[in-house]
Amino acid sequence: MKRSPANIALRWSGRILVSAILLFVLLPGIVVAVTAFNDRAILAFPPQAWSLRWFWRAFSYSDFGRGFWNGLTVTLWASSIALVIGAAFAIAIHRYNFVLKSLLEGILLSPLIIPHYTIGLGVLILASQAGTGRGFPLVILTHVLLVLPFVMRSTFISLENLDSRLELAASSLGATPGRILLTVTIPLLLPGLLSGWLFAAILSFNEFTATLFVSSQATQTLPVAMYNYVREFADPTLAALSVIYIAVTALLLSFANAFLGLGKILNVDAH
Amino acid sequence: MIKRPFLGWFVSPAGLAALGLTAAMAAVFQFSMRTYIPGSLDVGGFTLQNFAAMLRPLYAFAFWNTILLCFETAAFTLILAFPLAYALVRTRSSAVRSFILIAAVTPLFLGEVVRTYSWMIVLGNNGFLNTLLVKLGLVERPVQMMFTAGGVIAALVHVTMPIMVIMLAAGLSHIDRNCEKAAESLGAGPIRVFLTITLPLSMPGIVAGFSTAFAWTFSAFATPQLIGGGRVSTVSTLIYQLGFSSFNFPFAASLSIIGLALSLAVIALLKQATRPLERLASAT
Repeated sequence: MKRSPANIALRWSGRILVSAILLFVLLPGIVVAVTAFNDRAILAFPPQAWSLRWFWRAFSYSDFGRGFWNGLTVTLWASSIALVIGAAFAIAIHRYNFVLKSLLEGILLSPLIIPHYTIGLGVLILASQAGTGRGFPLVILTHVLLVLPFVMRSTFISLENLDSRLELAASSLGATPGRILLTVTIPLLLPGLLSGWLFAAILSFNEFTATLFVSSQATQTLPVAMYNYVREFADPTLAALSVIYIAVTALLLSFANAFLGLGKILNVDAH
Repeated sequence: MIKRPFLGWFVSPAGLAALGLTAAMAAVFQFSMRTYIPGSLDVGGFTLQNFAAMLRPLYAFAFWNTILLCFETAAFTLILAFPLAYALVRTRSSAVRSFILIAAVTPLFLGEVVRTYSWMIVLGNNGFLNTLLVKLGLVERPVQMMFTAGGVIAALVHVTMPIMVIMLAAGLSHIDRNCEKAAESLGAGPIRVFLTITLPLSMPGIVAGFSTAFAWTFSAFATPQLIGGGRVSTVSTLIYQLGFSSFNFPFAASLSIIGLALSLAVIALLKQATRPLERLASAT
């Protein structure tokens, strides 16, 4: 671009605009981080004295501990079950034609547009009519339905990039379909399967709205426990917990960016 | 020779999941046409009373309010996310790109509760913004920002930003830069290049991002519930209230059905209305 004064002014105003928007994006995180170290129990800004006691309270508050382990249980089960169901189905869609194929695909992708509270309400009504309680299986079932589209999409993208001649080669050398699947197809799909699982796990661990409907006091996950806390107490404990949340997530994403290239995963790299 | 090995094994678990989801949606549909028995979880016979009751001003207003909220949120998100996505795709510095990517994407993985909570501290009467405004002498006493539609929109825009940035950036990164270079070499200034080449070509990303932001806002619950504090009623907060305060599951179900139909209709209309714009993008 030519270096005329008008162009330089344009470039700088663009930079200022982007910085201002980034400030809007980062502001809540910064404010939460400062609040978490506030010594006083009232949510006031700026803090008068500093302390770490809200971090200790976040760790010692039993609902958060239980919510964390409940959430981890639900997440591990739900994302693993969704991985098996979704990956198998993605392979079937990619390779074969069968009856009701597009209907089945449409149904399983629909949680992307159906509000989570509607799905939560439906599962809750179903459970109350069937007379089953609000146990872990119910929460896990709900999460499987919600994360399936993401696992399917991730597997499908890897299948598109898979060189099917490798499978043909194995077949021509006499490998049975089962052996091809286990020794060629699945190993080649592994990165896609892993990133699909990870994405599903993160979404499941953070899912709130549907979980609020289908969980009970005994099965509530961390986001539900946090929601209940914020309705009862107004101290900075949740800010401390949020700081841990933000730090761990940003760290994981920075690793993912450094080693895998987040831009590639999200398909935003410039050509 | 078997043409489709393991077809049954691959499809039947997915079939079961689809059956479960269909049963859940059928349950909502079925409950929406049942009579509510106060004080009981059981439901009475079939009726269309629930749908008639929705015409009452309170509920009609909630629907109108939700759709308005979704439009405003999607529009503001688009305006704020576009420059960010543009900078993300076009910056030459990889450090800047990584920083924007991490800053824009991290909130996506934080969940609605953490993000809503942080906005409560920003918007509260003793919160960050009010303290700042009072200290600067711009206002005498704190401005009410919690429990207002404006506060809810600010937080919702923040919640939908990451997905909008990702979708816009995906669209922008697929634009052929040679089109812009051609315009430039023919003497168009940077603003003209942007308005006549870049913006029309990024239309598919804009339409996809806007519809997604709309659908996400329609599904949002924690944000209108906590920041609206009962004073900003949306379809989602009403459904929760009906379900868990008065156990009126039939009415909650009929609200869900109408809400779903309405959001699908708006998204279909959006697609229809923006089709000429998309055609423009594919023609150039």
